[in-house]
Amino acid sequence: MAVAEFKTPKIGEYPVIPHLQEGVMAHSKPYVAKPDLQEKLGYPGELVDNWKEVAIEKMGELTGKYRSLQVFLDSCVKCGACTDKCHYYLGTTDPKNMPVARQDLFRKVYRRYFTVSGKLFPKLVGAEDLTEEVLDDWYSYFHQCSQCRRCSVYCPYGIDTAEISMAAREVMDVVGKGQKYCNEIIGKVHVIGNNLGLPEPALVDTLEGLEEDVEEETGVQVRFPVDEKGADVLLVTPSADFFAEPHIDGLIGYAKVFHQAGISWTLSSYASEAANFGMFIGSYENMQKLALRIRQAAIDLGVKRIVFGECGHAWRVAYSFLNTLAGPFDFLDPSYPVPQHICEVTHGLIQEGRLTLDPSKNDDMVLTYHDSCNVARASRMGDRSGGQFEIPREIIKSVCNHYVDMPSYSIKEGTYCCGGGGGLLTDDLIELRVKGALPRMEALKNVVEEYGVTHMAAICAICKSQFSKVFPYYDFEMDQIVSLHQLVSNAIVLQPEEATPSEEEQADAA
Amino acid sequence: MSVLTTVFAVLFYVATAILLVFTAHKIWRYAKAPAPLKIPTTPAPTTRSGVVFRMVKELTIFESLFKANKWTWLFGWMFHFGLLLVLLRHLRYFTDPVWGWVVFIQPFGKYAAFMMLAGLAGLWARRIFVDRVRYISAPSDHLMLLLLIAIGVTGALMTFVDHTDIVALKAFFLGLFVFNWSPLPDDLILIVHLSLVILLMIIFPFSKLLHAPGIFFSPTRNQVDNPRERRHVASWAARLESTKTG
Ligand code: HEM
Ligand code: HEM
Ligand code: SF4
Ligand code: SF4
Repeated sequence: MAVAEFKTPKIGEYPVIPHLQEGVMAHSKPYVAKPDLQEKLGYPGELVDNWKEVAIEKMGELTGKYRSLQVFLDSCVKCGACTDKCHYYLGTTDPKNMPVARQDLFRKVYRRYFTVSGKLFPKLVGAEDLTEEVLDDWYSYFHQCSQCRRCSVYCPYGIDTAEISMAAREVMDVVGKGQKYCNEIIGKVHVIGNNLGLPEPALVDTLEGLEEDVEEETGVQVRFPVDEKGADVLLVTPSADFFAEPHIDGLIGYAKVFHQAGISWTLSSYASEAANFGMFIGSYENMQKLALRIRQAAIDLGVKRIVFGECGHAWRVAYSFLNTLAGPFDFLDPSYPVPQHICEVTHGLIQEGRLTLDPSKNDDMVLTYHDSCNVARASRMGDRSGGQFEIPREIIKSVCNHYVDMPSYSIKEGTYCCGGGGGLLTDDLIELRVKGALPRMEALKNVVEEYGVTHMAAICAICKSQFSKVFPYYDFEMDQIVSLHQLVSNAIVLQPEEATPSEEEQADAA
Repeated sequence: MSVLTTVFAVLFYVATAILLVFTAHKIWRYAKAPAPLKIPTTPAPTTRSGVVFRMVKELTIFESLFKANKWTWLFGWMFHFGLLLVLLRHLRYFTDPVWGWVVFIQPFGKYAAFMMLAGLAGLWARRIFVDRVRYISAPSDHLMLLLLIAIGVTGALMTFVDHTDIVALKAFFLGLFVFNWSPLPDDLILIVHLSLVILLMIIFPFSKLLHAPGIFFSPTRNQVDNPRERRHVASWAARLESTKTG
């Protein structure tokens, strides 16, 4: 791959706010989607001739459709509070990666065409015509935003740059300049049902292999069912859980939890993907189409509950949007929230004492926990505000004896994105990914040196992939990132003779 | 009736009309644009009253800004709180009899001018000296601060240095309300103060000053975190419902 050489940033003694270096990341652009990928999603194959008019019309449409966009474009006072909050700015020093400057790439065009002041006095208010250079900047810098919402926590009006990135990406899609990575993946889910394009037989094969592995290791037959009608739980999990490390160890963890609790569950080959990249490109329609596959699978399989596996943005779409996009879910058991996070399930079972756990099984590790941005700032777990921070930590503490948090500015609502979220987890953006990981690496290094932390747990497929890739650049080992349910999997004590009633039923039914 | 009085009377009518009509139009747009998805920045309150509390904190103590940057918060809050006191004190020019609590805050409002000016100066210094903030500033961002400083300084000059005829001024404004004009005092400082205020009123609906109404409509702050309990569907999204299966 023709990726330019770049230097991995140095981890300092303590975090510093860098000085601006203009244009240093202007070259960073993901591959543009080929015509066939674009057309599959209903977008023009390449840049249309009258792209300016199309873009401006779309901007007008979007400001009328999304209150967030309209209010955010008008309200920013350029107070600068967000300027040092983005990991991409901290890692790259490019001023256009400051959240407000990123917004301004879009806002200056909005001002030029939609506001009185921008029409009359463009220079005075920083309004600009939409030109090819501007579009180029959009393509570059709206693909340097992982839509992590860290900026929105600190903005006095809650201006969320993610909303603006999504809108900008949607505008770029409709003029024919989509991003290859996202659009290719969305196309695959529409046709096959998951990001990898893994067809049903391959999925079944993989899961059978897993059953054998687990039985070999534990002597217990833990099942990994697919398309099993009448199961209680439909598990929707990111497809990376089926093959990637350390994701797959998390999947084994979910299976062991269900097994020990005697909950019958199944995956669906039709909705074999929790991720929803429709959100990354700001497309309500695509996001909804993907979400509806999950509804359909739940109906077809006749399940009572829907549970999501470890994935950050997927949990945002599930928790915050699924009910809106694909509800109402009145055909499911009303005694459970729809949907549930696997951590909520595991946490509940631990509270009820239904899992046998031996935390000493994880004594070879000192853990810390990375709050995934979309879980932390765009969703919740449990019935209390902030449950998304407590529930995963409580699980880890029940299955591990050694746990410490990273510095407070880098966790919970202030968590730094891994650097690969928002549809940027592609090799053509590796420089951005490495640099954007800097703030997290700094925080991690801090607890590694101070408390001897050996591993970091996460509950997001993108975070896990991203960290395994960028850890070596910062002199960590790839396998220092672990799945939360991998820790559960290690600690759970399975009794060989234990055969729960629901399992027998399942076996009969199959 | 002097030319001055006529000109300012007309200008005040026009400026007030522009301020009200265009700000109302924006507010109407904000209210009308649907928020199709639940996007509160979490952790967020799970009840309506929790949201009211969150908003009150944003409005009164600038909670998010406090988390972000202590200097900006300090200067910003000094400016806004000073401005609020000053404007409340100004109510005495427009009400007759003057309400009791407006009388009570007079001495505070008087010195609030210094708090407001100090805040503005701090904000401007930040804009000039911090490279990140300088980078994101358009000329209008500097001019807005300059305008407010000029209004503040001319006001303070009248309060502390060269008094104007408050009684006549008040008669002029009360006259405006009933379309029966009385003469406006022709003090230079007052004329500058009022001209700049008129400019501010006209700029308001076309500038970033829209943050004042905007903050009430910000979905990341004003939404309740309850998407699982309550289905949230916007009008245009509802139209897509027909494409749904099952
Ligand atoms: C609902 C009422 C209002 C709220 C909650 C509010 C809040 C804020 C906040 C949090 C900031 C950012 C921090 C700062 O730079 O001070 C800000 C900035 C600003 N506000 Fe307000 N504001 C309100 C009303 C007003 C009004 C009525 C005016 C003007 C007449 C105004 C003028 C400004 C200006 C000029 C700035 C930018 C300061 C700078 O350049 O750094 N605000 N406001
Ligand atoms: C129609 C509107 C306004 C009128 C008629 C007006 C008139 C005046 C007068 C007569 C004074 C002198 C008070 C005295 O001598 O005791 C004054 C002071 C002042 N004005 Fe205004 N003003 C108006 C709007 C504003 C606005 C919008 C601001 C701020 C943005 C402002 C800021 C000040 C300040 C800071 C002072 C000095 C402190 C004080 O006496 O309260 N004025 N104004
Ligand atoms: S959403 Fe995250 S990545 Fe995007 S500008 Fe804000 S802080 Fe940066
Ligand atoms: S914190 Fe909000 S208002 Fe301030 S510059 Fe950033 S986006 Fe604009």
